[in-house]
Amino acid sequence: MGELRLQGIQPLGLAPVDLTVGADERVFISGASGAGKSLLLRAVADLDPHPGEAYIGDTPRSILAAPDWHRRVALLPAEPGWWAETVGEHMPACEPLGRLDLLGQLGFDADVLRWQVSRLSTGERQRLALARLLTLRPEALLLDEATANLDPVNRDRAEALITDYQAGQDAAVLWVSHDPDQRRRLGSRSLIIDGGRLRPDEDT
Amino acid sequence: MDLISLSPFDLALACALVLLLAGLSWRLRLGVERRILIAAARSTVQLILLGLVLKVLFATRDPWLIGLLALIMLSVAGWEVLARQHRRFRGPWGYGIGALSMFLSSFSILVLALTVIIGVEPWYQPQYLIPLLGMLLGNTMTGIAIALDQLSRQAWEGRNRIEARLLLGARWDEAIGDIRREALRAGLIPIVNAMAAAGVVSLPGMMTGQILAGSPPMEAAKYQLLIMFLISAGTGLGSLAAVWIGSRRLFDDRERLRLDRLS
Repeated sequence: MGELRLQGIQPLGLAPVDLTVGADERVFISGASGAGKSLLLRAVADLDPHPGEAYIGDTPRSILAAPDWHRRVALLPAEPGWWAETVGEHMPACEPLGRLDLLGQLGFDADVLRWQVSRLSTGERQRLALARLLTLRPEALLLDEATANLDPVNRDRAEALITDYQAGQDAAVLWVSHDPDQRRRLGSRSLIIDGGRLRPDEDT
Repeated sequence: MDLISLSPFDLALACALVLLLAGLSWRLRLGVERRILIAAARSTVQLILLGLVLKVLFATRDPWLIGLLALIMLSVAGWEVLARQHRRFRGPWGYGIGALSMFLSSFSILVLALTVIIGVEPWYQPQYLIPLLGMLLGNTMTGIAIALDQLSRQAWEGRNRIEARLLLGARWDEAIGDIRREALRAGLIPIVNAMAAAGVVSLPGMMTGQILAGSPPMEAAKYQLLIMFLISAGTGLGSLAAVWIGSRRLFDDRERLRLDRLS
């Protein structure tokens, strides 16, 4: 486990970003829609071609195979994709017990694995995608509006799960969030993307 | 039974039927008479030209001339594949993937058929090579065009689910595996259907031609079978190659899905 370090990461339309998110540190990113928050996370996850290098601990991204990087620095997109019919087919096969535990903390019972994806609500998809991601035991989390579609009860569950996971695994968390209350509630460093640059957010 | 040669008068009689059809279209205001006449004129010119070219070609045994015609056929088929793509690969890949897969499958199967199966002497004898190549290209072209079109369409629409799998630690070929299989299946369906219906629903054109030309029906049936098997193998191999190269091209060396490589 270790820190996530970005060195000159430059998504399309943004100035190069240098940023270190320590182990067990949480950094929020906000900004107007279209400012490039999602593009920054996609660049860190290495989904789009861009200049720059990222490190997890001391390991540079460029020497890791892409699947290894994705497992270690995991991105939860704002609209997670689903490719099979039932929820269970999307869950990584490892550690079935840990998986049920995660689902339980998000308010699901074991039955959820047999549910049809097409019948899930947006909020259910978001919570299940979070469980699916944490099953991989990533060392750093990139969260894109992870709780945007959740009602207060489920939002609290998801926040608790993320903060517990972070403390338990010493994970670095880079969190894009529109919600100023969430940033205040969870209290941590806040950055804002403004005019194509990432800078500290003085308002929070 | 000898081949009965058709006189220009025979053809003119058949052509009169088309003229009659065009007249009917004009009288009933169907509005297709112009297109009927143009299409009839086109096929007349094209087929007579082909007949002339083949006549000259069959007279020579120059392998370079035959190779040149084969290359022309391949390049036209390549454009045809490209024209049927809704989302094309950018740059030379758009043309190259289809043409290369057709080249690999059609030419290898053609050479195998001519040397090992039929045993033509010399193997490039145009009377066998050109019609066989035409049948092979015509059909592999359809299969490859459908398979590539499916691949690029589905990848374009399925970006979210492909990237979801990548993000969960899948390799590129796992992430696009189901789309690849769908594309291959779509490419193979026409030829599988054609094989299943041959002789019951449809009398294949080549067999009809051979029978009219005086071949014993059993010989015609055997040749038709040979062609069908060759075509299926060619379509299968060609679609496999096209889908493999195409899906690889959709990802870069960091296994990112590169939809910007499609237009």
